[in-house]
Amino acid sequence: MPVFTDPTRLLALTAFALLSALAGADDVDLAASCGECHALAAPAPGATAADARLSEQAPPLWYAGNKFRQEWLEVWLQHPQRIRPAGHVPARHTVSTDDGDQIDVESLPEHPAFPAGKAGQFAAALSRLRPHDALVEAEDYTPGSVAMRMGTMDFRRFKGCIGCHRDREETGGISGPELAGAWQRLQPEYLVSYIRDPRAWDPAAAMPPPGLNDRAIHNLVNYLRVIAEE
Amino acid sequence: MSRILLVLFVAVLASGALAADGDALYRTYCSQCHGITGHGNGINAPHMSVVPRDHTNASEMGKRSDEDLFKVVAEGGSSMNQSILMPAWSGLLEDDDLHALIRHMRALCCE
Ligand code: HEC
Ligand code: HEC
Ligand code: HEC
Repeated sequence: MPVFTDPTRLLALTAFALLSALAGADDVDLAASCGECHALAAPAPGATAADARLSEQAPPLWYAGNKFRQEWLEVWLQHPQRIRPAGHVPARHTVSTDDGDQIDVESLPEHPAFPAGKAGQFAAALSRLRPHDALVEAEDYTPGSVAMRMGTMDFRRFKGCIGCHRDREETGGISGPELAGAWQRLQPEYLVSYIRDPRAWDPAAAMPPPGLNDRAIHNLVNYLRVIAEE
Repeated sequence: MSRILLVLFVAVLASGALAADGDALYRTYCSQCHGITGHGNGINAPHMSVVPRDHTNASEMGKRSDEDLFKVVAEGGSSMNQSILMPAWSGLLEDDDLHALIRHMRALCCE
């Protein structure tokens, strides 16, 4: 991909993509309303991932159209609730105490909320940001089922996802996004593809790829579906 | 709009020759379990069935060669008959990063 190694070209391409995406968004200006915290364009190549990560204020939104369910976006933007119990960069919200590290809850910002009309417009604009159509199309996943007991054991004991993620309220690690509501929030192909290779989605992703085959990934995503529909 | 382009532009300029920084890497990827100070008491630790290693413990860390540390960080706990809760990092971090992390752990335990 020689094109992407040239920063000037990349900048031009990104600016163009951004302009065209924004031009379609009826009335709302994502860059002005959200760009202060959220990345709306892919990061430049070359920056080391850890540095890129530490400079981020919020999760990237430049592939939001491939990631979220639009109906979830519309509701959440009206009534935002915390998804990452320790924030986007947990180390920034952690204090070391005699009883072990604790989250400084005061330092976690409340997300801005929007009236229904605006939320709908933002959700529609975000849903047009789809640079990862190819990743989505590469997946062949048909939602299935898994016994609750097996799924729970797999997620917690065998695959170790529980170290960083909650699969039920108040159960599990808190450095990653909560996953009890992942099925309602996220598109199924995103779930499958992201678990396969987080860096394919976001070069600054902080989740280590678990190295799983299709079948193992599909089982985990079926589990996320089962706990959501419980 | 111009703000984003500016940020992007600065990011392009700032990339380039940044050496692997063990402290920043440790904070970003390891402190969530092993703790900001490396004592094995990160924010995830109370939610895990196996306690993350205390990287400040000189006698425990002294039992491991740099090769052992490299292997367990790159390939995960299961590669050394340890807990699956210790993830494999080679899919996310470069060899240079792993060496910087090992230097950082040696500083935590033994300096
Ligand atoms: C002051 C900074 C700030 C602004 C402004 C802001 N956000 Fe956020 N946003 C955040 C943070 C921090 C999070 C992570 C919250 C969490 O995980 O609990 C977040 C999370 C989100 C999420 C969920 C992302 C994910 O990957 O789970 C969406 C969607 C979102 N914001 C949309 C928007 C939109 C749309 C706007 C503009 C209309 C906006 N935000 C403005 C800081 C901000
Ligand atoms: C070392 C901690 C860690 C482990 C272990 C881990 N994850 Fe993650 N995961 C994360 C982080 C952090 C994110 C958010 C990525 C980011 O912000 O860059 C994430 C994101 C995700 C997402 C996307 C959620 C969203 O809202 O975008 C899914 C799905 C997911 N992880 C599933 C899993 C599964 C399944 C496992 C077990 C096989 C697992 N994770 C293991 C840290 C981890
Ligand atoms: C999801 C939590 C988690 C994260 C994140 C994590 N670890 Fe661990 N780590 C563990 C656990 C749990 C153990 C203990 C395994 C055991 O005793 O079976 C461990 C053990 C270790 C050991 C000791 C191995 C030995 O043979 O003594 C080293 C070294 C280590 N981790 C380094 C790291 C580094 C470096 C990072 C960041 C790149 C990291 N860990 C991130 C959970 C984690």
